[in-house]
Amino acid sequence: MAANRKSPLPDAEQLMTALIKQIKGNIKPGTGIIGIFTGGVWVAERLHAALGTEVPLGTIDIAFYRDDYVRRGLQGNVKPSDIPFDVNDRDIILVDDVLYTGRTIRAALNELFDYGRPGCVMLAALVDRGGRQLPVAPQFVGAELKVSDDELVSLEREPDGAMQLSIKPRAEVIGKK
Amino acid sequence: MNRDPQIDSNGKLVHLLSIEGIPRDILISILDTARSFVSVTEREIKKVPLLRGKSVFNLFFEPSTRTRTTFEIAAKRLSADVINLNVGSSSQSKGETLLDTVANLSAMHADMFVVRHSQSGAANLIASNVAPNIHVINAGDGSHAHPTQALLDIFTIRHYKKEFAGLRVAIVGDILHSRVARSQIHALTTLGVSEVRVIAPATLLPSHLSQLGVQVFRNMTEGLRDVDVVIMLRLQNERMNGDLLPSAQEYFKNYGLTPEKLAVADPDAIVMHPGPMNRGVEIDSSVADGRQSVILPQVTFGIAVRMAVMSILAGQSQ
Amino acid sequence: MNIHIKGGRLLDPANGLDVAKDVYVCGADVASIGEAPAGFNADRTIDASGLIVCPGLVDLAARLREPGQEYRATLDSETVAAVAGGITSLACPPDTEPPLDEPGLVEMLKYRARSRNLVQVYPVGALTQAFEGRKLTEMSELGEAGCVAFSQGDAPLPDARVLLRAMQYAATIGYPVWLRPQDPNLAAGGVAHDGEVATRLGLPTIPAVAETAAVSTILLLVRETGARVHLCRLSSADAIDMVRQAKSIGLDVSCDVSVNHVHLCDLDIAYFDSNCHLIPPLRGQRDRDAIRAGLLDGTIDAICSDHTPLDDDDKQLPFAEAEPGATGLELLLPLALKWVNETGVSLVDALACLTTAPARLLGLSVGRLDAGARADMCIFDPAMRWRVDSSQLRSQGYNTPFTGHELEGKVLYTIVGGQIVYE
Repeated sequence: MAANRKSPLPDAEQLMTALIKQIKGNIKPGTGIIGIFTGGVWVAERLHAALGTEVPLGTIDIAFYRDDYVRRGLQGNVKPSDIPFDVNDRDIILVDDVLYTGRTIRAALNELFDYGRPGCVMLAALVDRGGRQLPVAPQFVGAELKVSDDELVSLEREPDGAMQLSIKPRAEVIGKK
Repeated sequence: MNRDPQIDSNGKLVHLLSIEGIPRDILISILDTARSFVSVTEREIKKVPLLRGKSVFNLFFEPSTRTRTTFEIAAKRLSADVINLNVGSSSQSKGETLLDTVANLSAMHADMFVVRHSQSGAANLIASNVAPNIHVINAGDGSHAHPTQALLDIFTIRHYKKEFAGLRVAIVGDILHSRVARSQIHALTTLGVSEVRVIAPATLLPSHLSQLGVQVFRNMTEGLRDVDVVIMLRLQNERMNGDLLPSAQEYFKNYGLTPEKLAVADPDAIVMHPGPMNRGVEIDSSVADGRQSVILPQVTFGIAVRMAVMSILAGQSQ
Repeated sequence: MNIHIKGGRLLDPANGLDVAKDVYVCGADVASIGEAPAGFNADRTIDASGLIVCPGLVDLAARLREPGQEYRATLDSETVAAVAGGITSLACPPDTEPPLDEPGLVEMLKYRARSRNLVQVYPVGALTQAFEGRKLTEMSELGEAGCVAFSQGDAPLPDARVLLRAMQYAATIGYPVWLRPQDPNLAAGGVAHDGEVATRLGLPTIPAVAETAAVSTILLLVRETGARVHLCRLSSADAIDMVRQAKSIGLDVSCDVSVNHVHLCDLDIAYFDSNCHLIPPLRGQRDRDAIRAGLLDGTIDAICSDHTPLDDDDKQLPFAEAEPGATGLELLLPLALKWVNETGVSLVDALACLTTAPARLLGLSVGRLDAGARADMCIFDPAMRWRVDSSQLRSQGYNTPFTGHELEGKVLYTIVGGQIVYE
């Protein structure tokens, strides 16, 4: 439970502001933003609005590219991926909420390349909790956290749009699925 | 065989044999997943890696190039290896039994069988006799069921009409011999369509249809009044003149869908047909090619729906 | 051999008896009931306490598969199965390969059955040559060879004119005609009752009118010819009603049902269970209830096993392609007891449908248990529970809709002509 933790989690809204600050001015015009379902899309929506880019927001659901499909099948409700711009030769920022093993990013990159051949792909994450299993590194991060492997960090969104981070023991989360 | 073999003890769909018995939430999740696959089929590379390394056997005991092709495309877009077998022309004629054929192919490490057979219950029989890690999709068995066709039909209806509640749907034609109609009826009633009507002469109606929750009409104009969806069924050549019907011409006169008959339906009604069509027998060309026809989109959606079914089933392997 | 059956509950439907009495068998006959005959010395004493002692069962329809279908079953396997089921006399339908339409075939069958010295076998002869429905068989010759009646088995009934003549001819020489009423055209291609189940499963149907239309024709021809007709395997409520009315106006007709149809209806087909592919098809619940009512009021005379041994290759097929039929010899008694337990019909009345009534229809003096009667008997434990599976059945055919069911009632001894042939 989050309440049991000694150090409180950082405030998601402050991280959001920090992330926007990092990215602003560091991207070319025409850069596309693609959020990864579900939390990554929330972060990407905020980024997209704050950056005021004219390229419409893209969303990606990596369900069809997961590497644990054989073990776990299709999980939950698959959302249609929607990239409403030509990715060929375009700079792209992939956006996720919590960066962990890197497997999600691997799947998202694979899917992205089935839409075309992008120019430069960058990675933005609200939180990097470490624990990488693949050679993936973010260009933009709201904060780095030290979290043990038996805990899961996730982003939640209130009905009013306010976001907050939460942390739960892994067993509890797996059990629910 | 007293338990529905397509649902496992945890309530998961492990085979797709019939729409009957599949709970509403599973139907909806298939439709939702299919919607994601529609977006896959619209991109530059129309392929995802989900079924990489899996072998899908198209086991067609009854020839149907069209249905086989849609399953083949769906499996290939999921990156599966596809093996097509027209069994009618090979081992069955050499006296090998259905289950022998299936056992042999299972030994070749099949992961999924897509089965078309002229006998009702053939896919059930196979599903009840394969190893637990093999999934069976019924691609049409006798007059029993054609569940993927019904799924693509309800996908199409949802695409154009958004909600199922409040809809009036009419199914017109040879209900008696139609596996498509039976699966459509179960799908539509499970999803809460307000009125499911069937329209046909008594010779082409099974006896106890009303117990499936449908209204039976003999007269086409009465049956089509105010409907939102018209589904025309194919009339097989061999039924056109004999003791079921006197002639194709007389059938067209009474049950062929013409602009005049369609005029009594809702002005925004859509017209569907599972194909292949007999123009001038069950449907007039001006309707088949007209503003209200969604017959070609049905075919496109059919691939996405079959991808959804395959990826959901293959994901249930232990 | 002298046998003393001691301490059992004696049920003799012929005399309406249900009493605790000992039975004394001397040679081939029942010597006495209750008191030992003078000077009786038992060679064998059977302790029947807690058991029921009744006349051996008489089965009106059991296929032994000889000649011609020995790959499915043989006289060896099926006569053993019969006595294991407490059956001491059985009629076998003529649907062998070739059909029993020549005296030589019947004589051979009788001879081979007699040499087994187990169950008494009474062949039913073919009504028409090769079941083709055109030419009559030599009924006199066949009767002398051992046929007790004439029938088309499950082959299509002849047209009304041939049927009329066959009935006239059989009546002339004094044999009954056994007909399974089904209009071949109305039934063509069908495999299931024309009800909700067939509608859902998309199975081609045999409507009840296929049965009632044939019953109607047959009853009119009975009135015309005065032939003695027995209607086999009735399945529909309306047909049973027609027989009830025919009997009430004094027509000389009788009928039977298969024990499967006393319990099952089309819902049992569930997900294409080909074990439930039977002839006639399992009909609706209303029909099943009518069968039970017809048995109670005497409209239906007898219950038979309709024993049809098949192998897995016959059944492991899509429903319509699977061979119809089920094994039954060893299930006849326990399924009749299941009917007793479910409905409260008396054991004596139920056993009458399996003994006295079919014996009367066959013109046999068996099916009774009194002094002087032939000692054909069955001794069973009515409470012993057992599970139906292939390892429990002696018949070569073990496909039945009741596979996996737990049934009550197991035969412990069968006596034929004073010899213990099964224990």
